[in-house]
Amino acid sequence: MIKMSGRKHTGSELLRGGGLRRQKHGIRRRQARAAWFFLAPSLAGVVVFTAVPFGDVIRRSFLDAMGRTGVGLANYAAVCGNTAFRLAAVNTVRFLAVCLPLLLFVSFALALLVFRRDGRGNLYKTTLVLPMVIPVAAMVLVWKIIFCQDGLLNEFLNWTAGMAGRAGTSGGGEAAGGAVQVTKLWSSDWVNSGAAFPILIVTYIWKNAGYDLMLWLAGLASISESLYDAARVDGAGAWARLRYITLPGLSGTFGLVLILSVVNSFRVYREAYLLAGSYPDMSIYMIPHLFSHWFLTLDVQNMCTGSMLLVAAALAAAGAAGAARLISMHTKRR
Amino acid sequence: MRDPDKAIFTAEKKEPAVRGGLTRRAHARLRVIVCAAVCLLVWLPLLLMLAASFMPEDELLYRYAEPLGTGREPVRAALLASYPSPQPFLELLLRSPGFYIMFWNSCIQVLPALAGQLLVGAPAAWAFARYSFPAKKPLFFLYVLLMVLPFQVTQVSNYLVLDRLHFLDSHLALILPAVWATFPVFIMTRSFETIPDALLEAAYLDGAGELRAFLHVGLPSGYPGIVTALLLGFIDNWNALEQPVAYLKRAVLWPLSLYLPGIAQEKASVAFAAGIVMMMPPVLLYLNSQSELEQGIAASGVKE
Repeated sequence: MIKMSGRKHTGSELLRGGGLRRQKHGIRRRQARAAWFFLAPSLAGVVVFTAVPFGDVIRRSFLDAMGRTGVGLANYAAVCGNTAFRLAAVNTVRFLAVCLPLLLFVSFALALLVFRRDGRGNLYKTTLVLPMVIPVAAMVLVWKIIFCQDGLLNEFLNWTAGMAGRAGTSGGGEAAGGAVQVTKLWSSDWVNSGAAFPILIVTYIWKNAGYDLMLWLAGLASISESLYDAARVDGAGAWARLRYITLPGLSGTFGLVLILSVVNSFRVYREAYLLAGSYPDMSIYMIPHLFSHWFLTLDVQNMCTGSMLLVAAALAAAGAAGAARLISMHTKRR
Repeated sequence: MRDPDKAIFTAEKKEPAVRGGLTRRAHARLRVIVCAAVCLLVWLPLLLMLAASFMPEDELLYRYAEPLGTGREPVRAALLASYPSPQPFLELLLRSPGFYIMFWNSCIQVLPALAGQLLVGAPAAWAFARYSFPAKKPLFFLYVLLMVLPFQVTQVSNYLVLDRLHFLDSHLALILPAVWATFPVFIMTRSFETIPDALLEAAYLDGAGELRAFLHVGLPSGYPGIVTALLLGFIDNWNALEQPVAYLKRAVLWPLSLYLPGIAQEKASVAFAAGIVMMMPPVLLYLNSQSELEQGIAASGVKE
């Protein structure tokens, strides 16, 4: 996923030094010294704020609640057996499994729709990226207007149901009686019911499609137009060009879009918290909710164990992605 | 809300089939219609909010009693206020001292964090992008891992340190961890990597040292990446919710993002106006630095 480019201006270094061998060694050392000089302030902070305390987290995950005697893997067994943890983990996985493909697909479709090589259609792009910069806290009231019990969504559904009901009853000869009944059909409080899950997905996609859109657009712009021209000359249709030029050309972008979408998906807690509070409907009780409850009760031991499990999951995902990439590179070479 | 999304899907799928039968012009028109429909999905909620922010209190209570938590009457939404008035904004800006405190808190927590991200993160990104040194790969992997891990994972670690240093329940509890966020380093690294080698060669030939090369070539050439990192950092920190909930107990220290959701109960009349004022800084910054943002994000994504 990340490829490093070393400093390549050894030519200029050669002009400044003496014997070749000593010089090569000297350059490497000088490079390393300069690099550490630039890196040190950042690395020091990362070590102090994350790495060292994380060592403590690892240690605590194997100790009892008082932090004195070792209990082996008992904490892990306890956390994995915890019903709240299971619910949160299942919901989080379910959210990721639904949201990530949907977000990638929607943002990609939007990118194809909006992309223009001549740079026109900027208004669309600006508009679609805008939700990304809008603070969640500022949008909460609007979401409430739409999704609350007597909100816009229910009004709209009742209106369509009413229209359909009227169309149906006028044929059957029955008068207003049927229509009155259907108007009460939709009165669920979306946010505090099982429907909270799709709502969270809608708000997540509303907010995050713009960022991915920008990444896809950058990827599309980097594919040479001459490829498309050549394909057109060869008689390739729109579908074939998408399949054989656009998609392969975007394979590099895909990885980054996926990673950043995962990063952003945990921030959906903000929407969930602001819309439904810290004890939401069961269907949207996710890992962040669980952690904030553990945090409120200062359940350090569980938090440490849970963190370790999440890191393990992240490392496993990274390993799987790396393996998949190796395999695909291998098959490509053959 | 989800129907128009479906509309995109079907339009995308139908396109090849339809294309044969349609003229180029009709095709372009169809595209404009679909684009406009999608954009409406973004604009309608925002317009709803803008309209509500100009409604006097009685109209607001008449229309939005239920979302504001003051009653249970059907929502009567409107894209224009029937009796538009600047009253909510005047009320908010002149007679709500609480709002000022929270706005100021947000600034105190966000701006130093951004300055720190620039001071600490830009050199680190420069090291990752332009030098080769032992342990570079594992270190960069660590940075990316920290960037990917959700806040909840590092929350305990951060909490333990902040507790040890007695920074809990102060602005520093939000500022310090944000300064060493690794996402800005990642974005800036990708941007610095796109600087052509020749540019730096020239600088070294002219006798520039490592620091001078960074300050006079690196920073100006990597400008889009720096702006992108700072803008995304601003948006994220301005939005911060998990951190203040976890680290700030005293309500006087709360940022806007935590104060705003509660404002409806306190003073329903200014809730929408407060939302508009809160979204102004990030929206204006975005509109002003849009081209840098696009370049910076492009640099982060295209290279492989």
